Amino acid sequence: MSTALTETSSAAPSRPAVWPRLGGAALGQGLVIAYLSIIVLIPIAALVAQSTDGGWSAFWNAISNPEAWWALKWTLIASLIVVVVNVLAGTAIAWVLVRDKFPGKAALNGVIDLPFALPTVVAGITLLALYGPNSPIGVNAAYTKIAVVAALLFVTLPFVVRAVQPVLMEVDIEAEEAARSLGAGPLTTFRRVILPSLTPAILAGSALAFARAIGEFGSLVLFAGFIPFKTEVMSGLIYQGIGSGNLTGAAAQSVILLAIALVVLLIFGRLTKWSLRHAG
Amino acid sequence: MLASGRTSRWGLRTFALGYLALLLMVPLGMIFYRAFEHIGPAFTSITSADAMHAFYLTILVTAIAVPFNTIFGVGCALLLVRTNFRGKALINAIIDLPFAISPVVIGLALLLVYSRTGWFGPWLDANGFQVAFAVPGIVLATIFVTVPFVVREVVPVLHEIGDEQEQAARTLGANWWQSFWRITLPAIRWGVSYGVVIATARALGEFGAVAVISGRISGQTQTATIWIQQAFGNYDQAGAYLGAVVLALLAVSILVAMNVFKRKEA
Repeated sequence: MSTALTETSSAAPSRPAVWPRLGGAALGQGLVIAYLSIIVLIPIAALVAQSTDGGWSAFWNAISNPEAWWALKWTLIASLIVVVVNVLAGTAIAWVLVRDKFPGKAALNGVIDLPFALPTVVAGITLLALYGPNSPIGVNAAYTKIAVVAALLFVTLPFVVRAVQPVLMEVDIEAEEAARSLGAGPLTTFRRVILPSLTPAILAGSALAFARAIGEFGSLVLFAGFIPFKTEVMSGLIYQGIGSGNLTGAAAQSVILLAIALVVLLIFGRLTKWSLRHAG
Repeated sequence: MLASGRTSRWGLRTFALGYLALLLMVPLGMIFYRAFEHIGPAFTSITSADAMHAFYLTILVTAIAVPFNTIFGVGCALLLVRTNFRGKALINAIIDLPFAISPVVIGLALLLVYSRTGWFGPWLDANGFQVAFAVPGIVLATIFVTVPFVVREVVPVLHEIGDEQEQAARTLGANWWQSFWRITLPAIRWGVSYGVVIATARALGEFGAVAVISGRISGQTQTATIWIQQAFGNYDQAGAYLGAVVLALLAVSILVAMNVFKRKEA
C-alpha cells in the first residue's frame, strides 16, 4: 500500500502487446474503463453534481457555517498532529525494527500491519476498552480530542513505518561509519547521512497517513463520537448531514474533503520526487 | 551510529515498544478481557439471529466483492504493464482514488446514484431492482473501497518478471490463454494472493460506506461491523466486545497469511 504513490508515477516500459487476438487489448481497455466508471467515476460524478445543486451560495454556506468550519479546521489540525507523531514514532519504530536486535522482534514486525487488517470499528472499540469510561488504569479519554488523535494514530500506524523500513535496510552502513570516524556525532550522522535518504520515504508515508486521517470514520464513531465544536471531524459532519437529509450540504462538504485529500497527495508526491532527486 | 550509544539504543527501543504497547498491544488484549468478562451474555448476544445474519452478510459480501476485484485487478495490471495506450496515467489515478476518499463520502456518492431520488434510482425502482438500502448497495460499496489492492500488488511483480518468458511461450506456439495460465499466473501468484488477502481484510472490516448505503436494517442489511457498533450503542457491550474479538481473530489470521505471502513473494 505504501508503494501506491510511487507506482502511479512509474510509467511502464514500452513492450509489444501480447493479447488474445487482434483488438484484445482494446477490449481489455474498454472493460477496465467500464468497470472503473460504474464502480468509481459515476458515483463521484453524482457527488460533484449534487454538491452544486443549491448553487454557489449553498455550496459556500455548507462549508462556511460555524459547525462545518470548525469541523474542517479540527480535521486538518488533528491530521497534522497525527502526521507529525507518525513521522517521529514511525521512523523510530522502523529504526528499531531494522537496526536493533532483541527477542520477539520478528513477531513485533508482523504486528505493525495489524491496523491494516483490523476493522476500524474494532480499532475504536479496542481503544475504548482501555481508555474508555471503565478504564482499568483510570484513564478516560473517550469523547475528547485526545480520543480523536489516538484513534487516528492507531489506524495510520503502518504507513510511515512500512515506507521507511525498506529504505533503512538499504542505507549504506559504511557511509555512516565513515562519517563517525571523521568525527561526526550520532545526531550529526543521522541528520546529514541517513535522514536525506529517508526523507522521500517519510514523505510518501506521511501523505498516505494524512489522506487516511482526514477521511477516517469507523474508529472514531464509538471512541471519540462526533460532538460539534468538540470532537466532530468532517466525516462525522457529513454522516450526520446525510442522516438529516441534507444531501446537498453533505455532498459539498464531501467535495471539499476530497479536493483537500487530492491536493495533499499531489503536493506530497511532488515533494517526494524532489527529495528523491536531492537524496544523492 | 545512534545505536553505538548504549543509552540511545535502549531509549529508542523503549520508546518504540512503549508506543506500540500503549497504542496497539495492551488495548487489543483488553478487548479479549472485556469479552470474556461477561462471556455468558456475550455468547447469547453474538449467537442471536440478527448477529448471525450480520456475520453471514459480511462473509457473503466479501465473497462477491473480492473475486470481482481480483479478476479486475489482474486484468488491469496486465493492461497497465504490458500495453501502451493513452490515458494510462488517468487510469492509474482513478485506481488510487479510493485511498483518498472517506468511506462516508463513498457511501454518499453511491446513495446519490442508487437511492430512489438518485441518478439510476427511478429506473431501477421501475424495474424492480433495489440497490440502495439492500445487499447490492453493500456489495458496490465494498467493491469501491477494495478496488486498488490487487492491482497495486500485481503491477510491481509484473514489472519485475518482465515478459521474456511470455514471449518465448508465444514463439513456441502457445496462445494468449496458455501463456497466461502457464507462465504469467504462476509467476504473479504470490502477489495476487497478497492483494486478495488485504482486499479481504478491508472488505470484512468496511464500515463507513456500508453504514451510509445499507440502511442498517437489523437482520437484513446489517453487516458484522455495523452490528458491533449498534450492539455497543444498545448497552450490549459484552456482545459488542465478543463480536470485536471474532473480527480481531479474523484480522490476525489474515495478518499471518499476509506475512506468509510476503515471504513467498520475496
